[in-house]
Amino acid sequence: MHKNWKKVISSLFTLMLAILLVACGNKNDKKEGDGPVELEFFYPVNVGGPATKVIDQIVADFEAENPDIKVNPVYTGNYDDTFTKIQTAVQGGTPPDLFISLATHRFTMEDLGIVEPLDHFIEADKDGKEYIEDFLPSFMEDSYVDGKTISIPFQRSTMVLYYNKDLFKEAGLDPEQPPTSWDELIEYSKKLTNDDHFGVGLALNSGSAQWSFGGFSLQNSKDGGNLMSDDGKKVFFDTPENIEALQLWIDLQNKYEVMNKGIVQWTDLPTQFLAQEVAMIYHTTGNMGNINENAEFEFGTAFLPGNKRMAAPTGGGNFYISKDISDQHKEAAWKFIRFATSTEQLTNWSLNTGYIPPRQSSIDSDEMQKYYSEIPQARVAYEQLEVAKPELTTYDAAQVWRILNDSIQSAITGEKTAAEALKEAQANADAVLERYQGE
Amino acid sequence: MKNNLTAWGLMLPALSFILLFTVFPIIRSIYLSVMDFRFGMAEPRFIGLGNYVRLFHSDLFWKVMGNTLFFALITLVPALLIGLGLALIVNKKSKITGTLRTIYFYPVILPMVAAASIWMFIYMANNGLWDQIARFIHMGPTDVLSRQESVLPALAVMYVWKEAGYVMIFFLSGLQSISPDILESARLDGATGWKLFRHILFPLLGPTFLFISTVELTNVFKLVDHIIIMTEGAPNNASTMLLYYIYQTGFTHFDYGLSSALTVILLVMLLVVALPRFIAQDKKTYYN
Repeated sequence: MHKNWKKVISSLFTLMLAILLVACGNKNDKKEGDGPVELEFFYPVNVGGPATKVIDQIVADFEAENPDIKVNPVYTGNYDDTFTKIQTAVQGGTPPDLFISLATHRFTMEDLGIVEPLDHFIEADKDGKEYIEDFLPSFMEDSYVDGKTISIPFQRSTMVLYYNKDLFKEAGLDPEQPPTSWDELIEYSKKLTNDDHFGVGLALNSGSAQWSFGGFSLQNSKDGGNLMSDDGKKVFFDTPENIEALQLWIDLQNKYEVMNKGIVQWTDLPTQFLAQEVAMIYHTTGNMGNINENAEFEFGTAFLPGNKRMAAPTGGGNFYISKDISDQHKEAAWKFIRFATSTEQLTNWSLNTGYIPPRQSSIDSDEMQKYYSEIPQARVAYEQLEVAKPELTTYDAAQVWRILNDSIQSAITGEKTAAEALKEAQANADAVLERYQGE
Repeated sequence: MKNNLTAWGLMLPALSFILLFTVFPIIRSIYLSVMDFRFGMAEPRFIGLGNYVRLFHSDLFWKVMGNTLFFALITLVPALLIGLGLALIVNKKSKITGTLRTIYFYPVILPMVAAASIWMFIYMANNGLWDQIARFIHMGPTDVLSRQESVLPALAVMYVWKEAGYVMIFFLSGLQSISPDILESARLDGATGWKLFRHILFPLLGPTFLFISTVELTNVFKLVDHIIIMTEGAPNNASTMLLYYIYQTGFTHFDYGLSSALTVILLVMLLVVALPRFIAQDKKTYYN
């Protein structure tokens, strides 16, 4: 009999433990007190390289300068994983104090009411105005929602054309004259295609296709208009110009047969380029380090070939501060952002990762200029920013991205024509965005 | 009375976990499935069957259901046949039986994420093993993962490779639980080879068949890792299956109401699959 009771008691004890465990998980155990302010900082890494180490270094430097603030950097996977983790943390009532997320998420973030507008911090800082004006306009452009500053540019990139100079020579092309127009792109690609390699490569997997497509759409736009309206409430997918752009992709695969058929993955494309299986690729400047290090041939970079105009899409992640945290935490988070986006830190960050420094003063710094003279291919990315525009972003950005990607894929695989595919994308995106248009 | 109390006490730990992690989520899913609830909304709003109506009118939903059922069909039968075949091979006693069993079972213990990564290299367009072979025999490149018609069969081949060993284990235990007396009397009556299999082994494996079909079918419905790794549903959702769609709706598009409705649909499908097994159990269709 006694034995039985012992068992019951020990079972009950186990249960209590279990309940305690669950209960603890729910509680916000961040306490405000006399000790240092502790900040939780979520950040993604979307390119290879030592980005995590650099982040840790920035944090260490910051803490040395600000002993009353402690920053806990949490590596949260790629951009998608990071957004999912932010969402989960917010739902659980414990949002990270600050985080890096795609610039394109700003409408969604603002709509969800989970991020703090930063204007009052900027105004309160003595050098706030100069600080913001130092950011390159093509990057700062996608930090605003309804006139409010929502985020601060940090790990930013753009898309450039990488090309294999050796294969250019082999095909009888001038290696110092990369294609500058769609017509030249087609012509060069034809010359560069043979049994061993394709002329040109584009990544068309979901999450990449919409980025490249943004570039082609801008290049073909009559008035320089983007795929979406500035307020993120409308998209313009099924225009004749965009249909032409998509048709070009289909033709590169099927008519001219100068591009690998089907859907090449974003991460496979640089590998194929390095293996000399494709002579020119459209890829992020974030891959500059990788290609520079591993190419066993001479490579060049160039502006994306234009059509009606020269253009390229920008991309990458910005800093955000959460709304549902104490003012003390917000101020500490702002202090950290100012530190991480200081001229010196941004220069250091760019030199170590290959991202473009988003501030003019970093670009002009001696270290950066020295880097550019050593690797002139990296300078192209910066110079191209002049004609670069933000990538596709809207409210419910993830859904609208997916819609465009699905439709592009249906055209590429021949399930639909370019016109049908974009018409469908337009209808589906309109249905998603409808609830924002009334406001 | 005291006995009752003891029983409850003993059950409490397990029960509390079931309540917390199985029963509560099911009830919560059903509740949310009749609500309009997205990330950022303060309160869910009741919309009755609105989410279900939206799904039934959505082409994508039907495409996803079609994909899921098609995938179940093209994996279940081959996995059962190959698993049974392997079990028959390793049921015989010989020197290499142990080694063979290990080899056949090996893919099962591999995490799906690892298996998917390996197969992604095999299927990689142009440079992958598959396309190298295809090119060698002048059939390719086939580029299987980015074609509408080949992406699901390609994923199915990988899945069958991974699952056949698992199925084998169940058939093996089924085969080994058949009493030697029966086999001996069958042999005395002159039944060998195919006859023995067709008239003795096969019927006796009936319950195993039913069990393993149920398990396999539910496993297929619960698959998601390989899609995240290998295709992300591409091209144009040709490889999007139910659980991936639920994940996408809930965690990428933040539409909790809709993804709860999808979850309830998945739950119903799993129940339907499990039902024959429960009925059979009640009837006790056991031969031994």
